[in-house]
Amino acid sequence: MQIQTKFLGEVEVQENEIFTFEAGLPGFEEHKKYALLPLDADLPVALLQSFDEEEVGFVVAYPFAFKPDYAFDLSDEDKADLQIEKPEDVLTYSIMTLNEPFARSTINLLAPVVLNVTKKLGKQVVLADQEAYPVRFSIDVFEGSAK
Amino acid sequence: MLVLSRKVGESIMIGDHIEVKILAVDGDQIKLGINAPKSVKVHRSEVYETIKQQNKEAIPTSLDALKNFKK
Repeated sequence: MQIQTKFLGEVEVQENEIFTFEAGLPGFEEHKKYALLPLDADLPVALLQSFDEEEVGFVVAYPFAFKPDYAFDLSDEDKADLQIEKPEDVLTYSIMTLNEPFARSTINLLAPVVLNVTKKLGKQVVLADQEAYPVRFSIDVFEGSAK
Repeated sequence: MLVLSRKVGESIMIGDHIEVKILAVDGDQIKLGINAPKSVKVHRSEVYETIKQQNKEAIPTSLDALKNFKK
Protein backbone atom coordinates (compact mmCIF):
# COMPACT_ATOMS: atom_id res chain seq x y z
CA MET A 1 0.00 0.00 0.00
CA GLN A 2 1.03 3.60 -0.50
CA ILE A 3 1.67 5.93 2.39
CA GLN A 4 2.31 9.66 2.35
CA THR A 5 5.53 10.54 4.12
CA LYS A 6 6.85 13.78 5.44
CA PHE A 7 10.12 13.81 3.55
CA LEU A 8 10.12 10.96 1.08
CA GLY A 9 6.91 11.64 -0.80
CA GLU A 10 4.68 8.65 -1.46
CA VAL A 11 6.25 5.36 -0.44
CA GLU A 12 5.13 1.81 -1.11
CA VAL A 13 4.97 -0.17 2.12
CA GLN A 14 3.96 -3.81 2.61
CA GLU A 15 1.26 -4.37 5.18
CA ASN A 16 3.56 -6.71 7.13
CA GLU A 17 6.08 -3.87 7.49
CA ILE A 18 3.74 -1.69 9.54
CA PHE A 19 4.49 -1.49 13.26
CA THR A 20 1.63 -1.11 15.71
CA PHE A 21 2.19 1.08 18.76
CA GLU A 22 -0.78 0.13 20.93
CA ALA A 23 -0.29 3.18 23.16
CA GLY A 24 0.93 5.52 20.43
CA LEU A 25 3.91 7.67 21.40
CA PRO A 26 3.80 10.16 24.30
CA GLY A 27 2.25 13.33 22.87
CA PHE A 28 1.01 11.42 19.80
CA GLU A 29 -1.28 8.88 21.41
CA GLU A 30 -3.78 8.94 18.55
CA HIS A 31 -1.30 7.61 15.96
CA LYS A 32 -0.71 3.90 16.39
CA LYS A 33 0.64 2.68 13.04
CA TYR A 34 4.14 3.50 11.86
CA ALA A 35 6.46 2.44 9.10
CA LEU A 36 10.24 2.41 9.53
CA LEU A 37 11.75 3.78 6.33
CA PRO A 38 15.39 4.05 5.29
CA LEU A 39 16.59 7.62 5.14
CA ASP A 40 20.28 7.89 4.46
CA ALA A 41 22.64 5.04 3.75
CA ASP A 42 25.59 6.96 5.19
CA LEU A 43 24.06 7.65 8.59
CA PRO A 44 22.63 5.32 11.26
CA VAL A 45 19.21 6.97 11.04
CA ALA A 46 15.76 6.09 9.72
CA LEU A 47 12.35 7.72 9.43
CA LEU A 48 9.60 6.51 11.74
CA GLN A 49 6.61 7.66 9.74
CA SER A 50 3.03 7.66 10.95
CA PHE A 51 0.85 5.63 8.63
CA ASP A 52 -2.19 7.88 8.92
CA GLU A 53 -0.69 11.33 9.43
CA GLU A 54 1.85 12.61 6.96
CA GLU A 55 3.06 15.36 9.30
CA VAL A 56 4.01 12.91 12.05
CA GLY A 57 7.41 11.58 11.12
CA PHE A 58 10.36 11.16 13.47
CA VAL A 59 14.00 10.81 12.62
CA VAL A 60 15.22 7.88 14.68
CA ALA A 61 18.83 6.92 15.24
CA TYR A 62 20.56 3.68 16.07
CA PRO A 63 21.63 4.68 19.60
CA PHE A 64 24.61 2.35 19.87
CA ALA A 65 26.32 4.26 17.08
CA PHE A 66 26.40 7.36 19.28
CA LYS A 67 26.59 5.74 22.71
CA PRO A 68 28.41 2.41 22.33
CA ASP A 69 27.91 1.39 25.97
CA TYR A 70 24.17 2.09 25.91
CA ALA A 71 22.38 -0.79 27.62
CA PHE A 72 19.14 -1.32 29.47
CA ASP A 73 16.86 -4.03 30.76
CA LEU A 74 13.31 -4.17 29.48
CA SER A 75 10.74 -4.47 32.26
CA ASP A 76 8.45 -7.50 32.34
CA GLU A 77 5.59 -5.17 31.49
CA ASP A 78 7.36 -3.84 28.38
CA LYS A 79 8.33 -7.35 27.30
CA ALA A 80 4.71 -8.48 27.67
CA ASP A 81 3.34 -5.43 25.82
CA LEU A 82 5.76 -6.05 22.97
CA GLN A 83 5.30 -9.85 23.09
CA ILE A 84 9.06 -10.29 23.09
CA GLU A 85 10.17 -13.90 23.25
CA LYS A 86 13.79 -13.82 22.20
CA PRO A 87 16.56 -11.20 21.94
CA GLU A 88 16.47 -11.32 18.13
CA ASP A 89 12.92 -9.91 18.22
CA VAL A 90 14.19 -6.60 19.50
CA LEU A 91 15.36 -3.56 17.57
CA THR A 92 16.05 -0.33 19.42
CA TYR A 93 16.00 3.22 18.09
CA SER A 94 16.21 6.63 19.72
CA ILE A 95 14.15 9.59 18.60
CA MET A 96 16.49 12.25 17.26
CA THR A 97 15.98 15.98 17.52
CA LEU A 98 17.78 17.45 14.53
CA ASN A 99 19.77 20.64 14.95
CA GLU A 100 22.08 22.63 12.72
CA PRO A 101 24.85 21.67 12.45
CA PHE A 102 24.02 17.97 12.60
CA ALA A 103 26.61 17.36 15.35
CA ARG A 104 24.47 19.49 17.67
CA SER A 105 21.52 17.13 17.30
CA THR A 106 20.37 15.14 20.30
CA ILE A 107 18.89 11.70 20.82
CA ASN A 108 16.50 10.60 23.53
CA LEU A 109 18.27 7.86 25.46
CA LEU A 110 15.80 7.89 28.37
CA ALA A 111 12.85 6.80 26.27
CA PRO A 112 14.00 4.49 23.47
CA VAL A 113 11.64 3.24 20.78
CA VAL A 114 11.69 -0.54 21.11
CA LEU A 115 10.42 -2.59 18.19
CA ASN A 116 9.51 -6.24 18.02
CA VAL A 117 10.53 -6.99 14.44
CA THR A 118 8.89 -10.41 14.54
CA LYS A 119 5.47 -9.37 15.82
CA LYS A 120 5.68 -5.84 14.34
CA LEU A 121 4.90 -4.13 17.60
CA GLY A 122 6.44 -0.96 18.97
CA LYS A 123 6.57 1.02 22.19
CA GLN A 124 8.43 4.04 23.45
CA VAL A 125 9.57 2.76 26.82
CA VAL A 126 10.73 4.91 29.72
CA LEU A 127 13.87 3.64 31.40
CA ALA A 128 14.29 3.68 35.15
CA ASP A 129 17.87 4.94 34.99
CA GLN A 130 17.22 8.66 34.74
CA GLU A 131 20.71 9.72 35.71
CA ALA A 132 22.75 7.87 33.10
CA TYR A 133 20.51 8.39 30.09
CA PRO A 134 19.22 11.89 29.33
CA VAL A 135 16.26 12.89 27.19
CA ARG A 136 18.63 15.13 25.20
CA PHE A 137 21.90 13.28 24.73
CA SER A 138 24.17 15.34 22.53
CA ILE A 139 25.55 13.25 19.67
CA ASP A 140 28.48 15.65 19.51
CA VAL A 141 30.09 13.76 22.35
CA PHE A 142 29.73 10.39 20.71
CA GLU A 143 32.52 8.01 21.53
CA GLY A 144 32.26 5.77 18.50
CA SER A 145 31.97 6.41 14.83
CA ALA A 146 28.70 7.63 13.42
CA LYS A 147 29.21 5.52 10.36
CA MET B 1 -8.43 11.87 45.77
CA LEU B 2 -7.84 9.87 48.91
CA VAL B 3 -5.93 11.90 51.48
CA LEU B 4 -4.06 10.22 54.32
CA SER B 5 -1.85 11.66 57.04
CA ARG B 6 1.32 9.75 57.84
CA LYS B 7 4.29 10.26 60.13
CA VAL B 8 7.92 9.59 59.30
CA GLY B 9 8.53 5.86 59.35
CA GLU B 10 4.90 5.06 58.58
CA SER B 11 3.76 3.71 55.24
CA ILE B 12 0.75 2.97 53.10
CA MET B 13 -0.03 -0.07 50.98
CA ILE B 14 -1.41 0.22 47.45
CA GLY B 15 -2.92 -3.14 46.63
CA ASP B 16 -1.12 -6.12 48.11
CA HIS B 17 2.31 -5.50 46.65
CA ILE B 18 3.13 -1.80 46.65
CA GLU B 19 4.33 -0.09 49.81
CA VAL B 20 5.08 3.63 50.00
CA LYS B 21 6.97 4.67 53.12
CA ILE B 22 7.73 8.16 54.40
CA LEU B 23 11.47 8.05 55.08
CA ALA B 24 12.18 11.67 55.97
CA VAL B 25 10.67 15.13 55.93
CA ASP B 26 12.91 18.18 55.59
CA GLY B 27 11.05 21.46 55.08
CA ASP B 28 9.06 21.07 51.84
CA GLN B 29 11.02 18.00 50.77
CA ILE B 30 9.65 14.56 51.48
CA LYS B 31 11.73 11.45 50.93
CA LEU B 32 9.66 8.44 49.92
CA GLY B 33 10.68 4.81 49.86
CA ILE B 34 8.79 2.63 47.42
CA ASN B 35 8.66 -1.14 47.53
CA ALA B 36 7.01 -2.48 44.42
CA PRO B 37 7.31 -5.51 42.15
CA LYS B 38 9.78 -5.10 39.29
CA SER B 39 6.93 -5.04 36.79
CA VAL B 40 5.60 -1.80 38.28
CA LYS B 41 7.30 1.29 36.89
CA VAL B 42 7.86 4.18 39.23
CA HIS B 43 8.73 7.59 37.78
CA ARG B 44 8.61 11.16 38.88
CA SER B 45 5.53 12.41 37.03
CA GLU B 46 7.53 15.16 35.28
CA VAL B 47 9.39 12.49 33.32
CA TYR B 48 6.45 11.54 31.14
CA GLU B 49 5.72 15.23 30.45
CA THR B 50 9.35 15.79 29.49
CA ILE B 51 9.25 12.91 27.00
CA LYS B 52 5.99 14.18 25.53
CA GLN B 53 7.50 17.63 25.08
CA GLN B 54 10.69 16.23 23.56
CA ASN B 55 8.74 14.11 21.08
CA LYS B 56 6.92 17.24 19.91
CA GLU B 57 10.17 19.14 19.53
CA ALA B 58 11.70 16.20 17.67
CA ILE B 59 9.26 16.36 14.74
CA PRO B 60 11.65 17.80 12.15
CA THR B 61 10.59 20.50 9.74
CA SER B 62 13.33 19.61 7.28
CA LEU B 63 16.13 17.12 6.83
CA ASP B 64 18.67 19.77 5.84
CA ALA B 65 20.78 19.01 8.90
CA LEU B 66 21.29 15.48 7.60
CA LYS B 67 22.06 16.62 4.06
CA ASN B 68 24.55 19.20 5.22
CA PHE B 69 26.34 16.60 7.26
CA LYS B 70 27.07 14.52 4.19
CA LYS B 71 30.31 15.38 2.52
